[in-house]
Amino acid sequence: MEEIIKEVVIDEQEEYTINMGPQHPSTHGVLRLVVSLKGEIVKNIEPHIGYIHRGIEKMCESITYPQIIHLTDRMDYLSAAINNEAVCLAVEKALEVEIPDRIKIIRTIISELTRIQSHQLFWASYGMDMGGQTCFFYGLRDREKVLDIFEETTGGRMIVSYNCPGGLMYDIHPNFQKRVKEFIKYFRGVLWEYDAILSGNVIFRERTIGIGRLKLEDAISYGITGPSGRASGFSCDIRKQEPYSAYDRVKFNEVLYTEGDTYHRYLARIEEMRESMNIIDQLIDNIPEGPYFVKMKPVIKLPEGEYFQRVETARGELDVFIKSDGNKNPYRVKFRSPNFVNLGVLNHISKDFKIADLIAIAGSLDFVIPDIDR
Amino acid sequence: MLLNTISNALSTLSEPWWKIFYDFSSLTQAIDEGLRSSLSPFWAVTIEMLIIGVVFLLFYALIGLFLVIAERKVCAFIQNRLGPNRIGPYGLFQTIADLVKLLFKELIPIKNADGFLFNLAPYIVIIVNFMVLAALPYGKGLHAIDFNIGIFYVIAVSSMSVIGVLLAGWSSNSKYSLIGAMRSGAQIVSYELSIGLAIITVVVLAGSMQLSEIVEAQRTGWFIFKGHVPAFLAFIIYIIAGTAETNRGPFDMAEAESELTAGYHTEYSGIKFAFFYLAEYINMFIVAAVAATLFLGGWMPFHVGNWEGFNRIMDFIPPFFWFFGKTFFVIYLIMLFKWTFPRLRIDQLLTLEWKYLLPINLVNVLIMAFLVLMGWHF
Amino acid sequence: MNSIIQYFKEIIQGVGSLLKGMRVTNRYFFSPGKIVTQKYPNNRKDLVMFERFKGEVVMPHNESNEHKCTGCGICEINCPNGTIEVISKTIITEDGKKKRVIDKHIYRLGMCTFCALCVKTCPSNALAFSQEFEHAVFNRALLIKTLNKPGSQLMKGVE
Ligand code: SF4
Ligand code: SF4
Repeated sequence: MEEIIKEVVIDEQEEYTINMGPQHPSTHGVLRLVVSLKGEIVKNIEPHIGYIHRGIEKMCESITYPQIIHLTDRMDYLSAAINNEAVCLAVEKALEVEIPDRIKIIRTIISELTRIQSHQLFWASYGMDMGGQTCFFYGLRDREKVLDIFEETTGGRMIVSYNCPGGLMYDIHPNFQKRVKEFIKYFRGVLWEYDAILSGNVIFRERTIGIGRLKLEDAISYGITGPSGRASGFSCDIRKQEPYSAYDRVKFNEVLYTEGDTYHRYLARIEEMRESMNIIDQLIDNIPEGPYFVKMKPVIKLPEGEYFQRVETARGELDVFIKSDGNKNPYRVKFRSPNFVNLGVLNHISKDFKIADLIAIAGSLDFVIPDIDR
Repeated sequence: MLLNTISNALSTLSEPWWKIFYDFSSLTQAIDEGLRSSLSPFWAVTIEMLIIGVVFLLFYALIGLFLVIAERKVCAFIQNRLGPNRIGPYGLFQTIADLVKLLFKELIPIKNADGFLFNLAPYIVIIVNFMVLAALPYGKGLHAIDFNIGIFYVIAVSSMSVIGVLLAGWSSNSKYSLIGAMRSGAQIVSYELSIGLAIITVVVLAGSMQLSEIVEAQRTGWFIFKGHVPAFLAFIIYIIAGTAETNRGPFDMAEAESELTAGYHTEYSGIKFAFFYLAEYINMFIVAAVAATLFLGGWMPFHVGNWEGFNRIMDFIPPFFWFFGKTFFVIYLIMLFKWTFPRLRIDQLLTLEWKYLLPINLVNVLIMAFLVLMGWHF
Repeated sequence: MNSIIQYFKEIIQGVGSLLKGMRVTNRYFFSPGKIVTQKYPNNRKDLVMFERFKGEVVMPHNESNEHKCTGCGICEINCPNGTIEVISKTIITEDGKKKRVIDKHIYRLGMCTFCALCVKTCPSNALAFSQEFEHAVFNRALLIKTLNKPGSQLMKGVE
């Protein structure tokens, strides 16, 4: 017995812990990882979350449905428009309102633009995590163009609050189609630089290929969705599985890989940008005329019951669950946020890799901390 | 009195003042003679040393500040930005403002740090820099000490800066610093080999270790052209290893920002931090200057064999400017590395050295020796 | 033998990929025309924001200092975080009727989340977004604004 205790003590001495975060350049926010190291080898990771917990779910219980929208912006702020859409779809489903095509198509375009800008930021900050600062500026340079489109149409850059139950806050700006087309043309022209600087770079490939491999079974059992899950071969794209808005009328490929390593999680996002551009291409010229808003009652009350909506954000599956007791406020709202679930796998896949790999792996899961904490 | 001798020395120069850029030896000799004629030899040497010391201090500060702003401008242009643009024309005085800020900043004492070593570390790094700077040939006749084993001295001394880094990491009482310092140690020890072998390739070609002779040997053509492929390979290996030695990206594991916040100088603040920061840039300058001297002909203008006319045109540009032009070209290359490539991992860094650079280098030296033996170089 | 070929192939491919990246960065270095950043405070004069940009909520007044706010308080109800407070008073109009008008329309910029619900739900379109975005002040009290100008009146014809 005594010997065992002794051994444990020795083991503890060999491992030492460092605190990554809450203020650390590569956690992209206030995530704290307590990392046990043996030399440079990661032995255990304990994420401490909740530094920016704002109680969004609880807050939702005391405000009306249209007001919930602006809180969803602030969960995964890089997929703001998609989060909005999730709640709107749930509310519309509950009220059984028929949404005209125009709104559906505009929502889809905005969602895909959101996805593109989110992945651009991912590329930018991932390059930065890996030590290539230039990527950050190229990524932001291109993202700026999307944000300008958002700003012109919705008035907000990140926090767009564009969707509302029953439609959209505003009609699209007259320049919208022209600008989107310009952007697509521009972005197709510069996407090769992303490959030249990062994806093809031998240093980058060496650092990411085979690192942090996530097997398909594990992806499923941990519930890893989004590009991270698809890189492991987990076909989990809600846009394909349960098409919402206008996704049932566009052709696009679900980006699937089988390797499941850091490199393919990265690559999945780059490829998704291409797919998103294809989707936008198919829709941008086919926006029908019509109203951008379905007239709703001034006070929206959901009939008693439980409502559920899944959407595919840039990081994975966002589920909204609303329980209503017939009032103008929901009885309970639950968001299944992709980042929170994805964080769970971090310890599993980065064990026994080096501390530098931990950065690469955590970066490739593409966390947005406010979405973890909510 | 001192000023008098200097002005006398200047006035004895027969040529117009700008001619000294072509050959500094007349100036230095004039000063030397002036001092020796009015003072005992001991004092003359002391004063000369003082002058050189002051000149190097100034040079150090100027080059350091200039390189910092140059780096910021270069990376800004690469990244489609304007870079610093507030202070002075085009923001050129930004670094001076930064320096003033750093001077005023509080030196934060670290709890449980080893105070003596903690304070010593930046000085070791800086002193090593000075020792190397003294041995470089900056222009014709502008050479503080011309050892007959000059290049050996440069490698030997420059590898000592790792001691400063290790001390800094060890004494900071911070895990990040320690990891950074250990990485840096492993890195410098292994890349020292590549640098040495790359330099030996040139030494074989030049047949001398004296820097002035190496430069002189390139009168008819730079070594990078003279030595065919082996010299070119050696140049590339030298640049890679040199970048690694200066702890710059993509080899900046020692201060890998996204992993270790700031690595070995995480705990430093104020002017002590500035010392590390400056030292990094001076190191880069040294690496680039040695590369320019060994491979690109040092201050020697671009000469092609016996094309008299062409060579004479090239001679119009003073050697002093040739030297700095080449050095800055190499510095630009090194900066381009940093701002293009992602960082390596520590084990990949060592793989690169032991699996790729070192064997290639060894074979390279062999080929070069063979070429020289057969007299196949130009 | 194969492994040796593999070894050199790896090197050449690796160097090739590095050069590709360097070509991109080098090209940008030599094309200063592609610079995208702006000198912000210097270009204040010709900086145009998009017309829909949500800078802060304002209440537009016309030349004769009239606004359209009837004091109904719908914006106050709709605001998710209590940013708006409508204080109304009752006045007697010329023809002797009692009428409710706003005394103060208080807007706390520091709490606003720019959700645009107030602007959208106002029945008389009395509110709008301005493009002002330089909100920094030294005193937090300055962020509490009264949107109706002093002495302003309800516009004719708005009920
Ligand atoms: S601003 Fe509009 S909604 Fe608010 S009180 Fe005035 S009229 Fe009513
Ligand atoms: S924009 Fe939203 S948060 Fe701001 S005052 Fe209007 S309703 Fe309130």
